[in-house]
Amino acid sequence: MDFNDTPQEAEFRKEVRTWLDANAPKHLEDELKRASFGSNGLESEDPIKASKAWQKKKAEAGWACLHWPKEYGGGARSAMERVIWSQEEGPYAVLSGLFTIGHGMCGPTVMEWANEEWKERLLPPLASGEEVWCQLFSEPASGSDLAGLRTRAVKADDGSGDWIINGQKIWTSGAQNSDWGLLITRTDPDVPKHKGLTMFFLRMDSPGVKVVPIKQANGASGFNEVYFDDVRIPDDQRLGDVGNGWKVSLTTLMNERLSIGSGMSTGFPELFKFCMDMEIDGEAATADSGVRSKLAQFAVKQSGLKYTGMRAISALSKGETPGPENSIGKLVAGATMQELAMYALDLQGEAGVVWDEDSPQNGRFQAMLMRSPATRIEGGSDEILRNIIGERVLGLPGDIRVDKDVPFKEIPTSGKAKA
Amino acid sequence: MNLDFSDEQKQLRDQVRRFLKENCPPAAVRAILEGDDQYDAKLYQGLADLGVLGAAIPEEYGGVGLGHLELCVVAEELGRVLAPVPVASTVYLGAECLMQAGSEEQKQAWLPQISAGEAIGCWAINEGTGRMKPAKVALTFDGKTVSGSKAPITDGGIADFAIVLAKEGSDLSLCLVDLSGSGVSRETLDSIDPTRGQVKLTFEGTPATRIGSAGDGWHIATQIMDRAAILIGFEQLGGADRALEMGRDYALERMAFGRQIGSFQAVKHILADMYVSATLARSNCYYGAWALSSSAAELPIAAATARVSATNAFQHCAKNNIQVHGGMGFTWAFDCHLYYRRSNALALTIGSLSTWESLLIERMSAGNVEAAA
Ligand SMILES: Cc1cc2nc3c(=O)[nH]c(=O)nc-3n(C[C@H](O)[C@H](O)[C@H](O)COP(=O)(O)OP(=O)(O)OC[C@H]3O[C@@H](n4cnc5c(N)ncnc54)[C@H](O)[C@@H]3O)c2cc1C
Repeated sequence: MDFNDTPQEAEFRKEVRTWLDANAPKHLEDELKRASFGSNGLESEDPIKASKAWQKKKAEAGWACLHWPKEYGGGARSAMERVIWSQEEGPYAVLSGLFTIGHGMCGPTVMEWANEEWKERLLPPLASGEEVWCQLFSEPASGSDLAGLRTRAVKADDGSGDWIINGQKIWTSGAQNSDWGLLITRTDPDVPKHKGLTMFFLRMDSPGVKVVPIKQANGASGFNEVYFDDVRIPDDQRLGDVGNGWKVSLTTLMNERLSIGSGMSTGFPELFKFCMDMEIDGEAATADSGVRSKLAQFAVKQSGLKYTGMRAISALSKGETPGPENSIGKLVAGATMQELAMYALDLQGEAGVVWDEDSPQNGRFQAMLMRSPATRIEGGSDEILRNIIGERVLGLPGDIRVDKDVPFKEIPTSGKAKA
Repeated sequence: MNLDFSDEQKQLRDQVRRFLKENCPPAAVRAILEGDDQYDAKLYQGLADLGVLGAAIPEEYGGVGLGHLELCVVAEELGRVLAPVPVASTVYLGAECLMQAGSEEQKQAWLPQISAGEAIGCWAINEGTGRMKPAKVALTFDGKTVSGSKAPITDGGIADFAIVLAKEGSDLSLCLVDLSGSGVSRETLDSIDPTRGQVKLTFEGTPATRIGSAGDGWHIATQIMDRAAILIGFEQLGGADRALEMGRDYALERMAFGRQIGSFQAVKHILADMYVSATLARSNCYYGAWALSSSAAELPIAAATARVSATNAFQHCAKNNIQVHGGMGFTWAFDCHLYYRRSNALALTIGSLSTWESLLIERMSAGNVEAAA
């Protein structure tokens, strides 16, 4: 049990610091520090351009995708080195948000399922931020129940071997900025739902793809509807066998939980700072016993997540594989964030209702309040995560699945007619 | 960075777990709950023989000279089985206090006996209802003897020595009292957890020696309680984990509406939340273990963090274990109430949850928030 860097770790940290010191976009630091939920804080520059520029610089120096092999543009670094990097990268990490889905989910899926030629074509520009990816999974009728999706892929009847796609995806984050998409489709409605799925990747500028932004509850427009109207995909852009799409999607989903859940902040340091600066009856809010109680509860959640992450890394560095227990990261952070934001506004009193630059910390807590409901839904809702913990960690029986052995086309779905 | 116990420490855990499985089944805990004995003397001697009481005591004082990480491992196992023995009072508080602040003579007199299981201690700080504060101390020390009362005192009924917080002039000092001396009376108090007996201790001119300097009592007591908070946190963690296991096992076994109750999401999600609180507590306790074993500057914050988190986890798991068990969980015959009792008793020992919450934020305000960020 040791918290300190080993000599090699300290050496690596020094190397990272030296490089960041010489290369980080320092002129953006103040703005990035104001980043809050759903915004990276940039006003002086185009956020997408700034993100791509920083990613390119990192890639050229070997600091991009530290968990990927070098031949695909990664850094081939150990788990511990990745942690040290992210501790040191600090506010500049906000710029990587644009690439989270590509680097965290699509990349690992391509790496596991694509052929060598495609890996060499797709992965390096993804690592270096030249190409952006999105994940085309959820549909209006299938979110948690992902395998209930209805977007159809049918073999073209011209003998080309191409696939013709028709249907609709929804909640697709970043589709409007993406060059490529990872797409799961139904190829066989006559078999039970998990068995008739097939995974593809495609160019987002393929003819017949239409991206329509959705205005979110917090006013931003990060996610989209994506429509497919006779979109043609060559067969060599298929990942895994026909009918094996569910298995391929599990690679994506497992990586999703790892990449969203680990190292999530609950916003506690910001709340604590706010309470240090704020007064109640002429004294710092942190002197009030009620405030202290609340803060302490947020504090131990934040630190519990932090050290849970460190335990996972300790296990990784001993060659053990992290399991479904990582589901707790997003589960705890999402709910804590929402409660914490509500509390921060409560402390602001009636002025808590106002959301502008003059609000404490530039309106960070108001932004957090309005974004946090999404955290409890995206990438697996709280309920789905609890199911995973209950079933895969604690070994409890699975939910009763009435649709398990039924051909997909006979399963009732909400709203729409059967496939 | 490595946030895990070593292979040797894990071996020690397995060894202690095997020993306790044999020597501290639930029947042994019930024997104390329902009988006249205040602790399990045979089990306590067994632990001494195994070398765990002296795990963190240096060899020159009759200990085993391992360290505090090993003591954390032991504490978790004792907590799992609710061992009805005065280890917290004697070892985490008594021996720690003597090791940190005692004179050579005091160490020589008591540490070898503690390690051998021949002397039991108690931590006599509290006086009456309400949060413990320096201004509440009324018991006095005149340089040679102490007079006054302390209550409630865990394990005070079986202790050979007490560490007592006393008023010396206008300051507070910590004193060591041999309870075989004159003018000591003990009154047994009923408690929510009879497997850790509570008494009122009264002194009338009882001989005592000071621990540390005059006026340093509150300061030393606070330091010792920080160290003990981490060890007690591990006991709480062990209890939380066991309560979760009991709930999980019952959810697999009990059928209702033609299904195992663990297949109902309402039940599954209760158990998932128990797992989450136990996992957060485990991680916070490991941080505390590191701080304790290395006497890191972060120790006060790490101690309060581990303590708050472990109290949350044990109370949460113990109460929901009863819920998962339904009516059976509320019977005397099932063990659920043993965990419920202990979780609430431990939540109140060496300062209640709200006291530690307050301490955590006070310390973070004084230091830097990075430690917990
Ligand atoms: C901000 C944001 C970004 C997103 N980005 C993407 C993206 O880039 N790509 C993409 O493919 N998808 C994306 N999603 C979609 C996301 O994965 C789904 O919203 C999510 O999986 C939930 O599905 P749903 O919205 O259909 O809700 P539903 O599945 O309809 O759930 C409704 C309610 O029922 C509960 N529920 C459903 N099934 C169960 C069950 N078995 N047991 C218990 N409770 C259950 C849910 O917990 C929820 O409370 C995004 C979502 C959000 C909010």
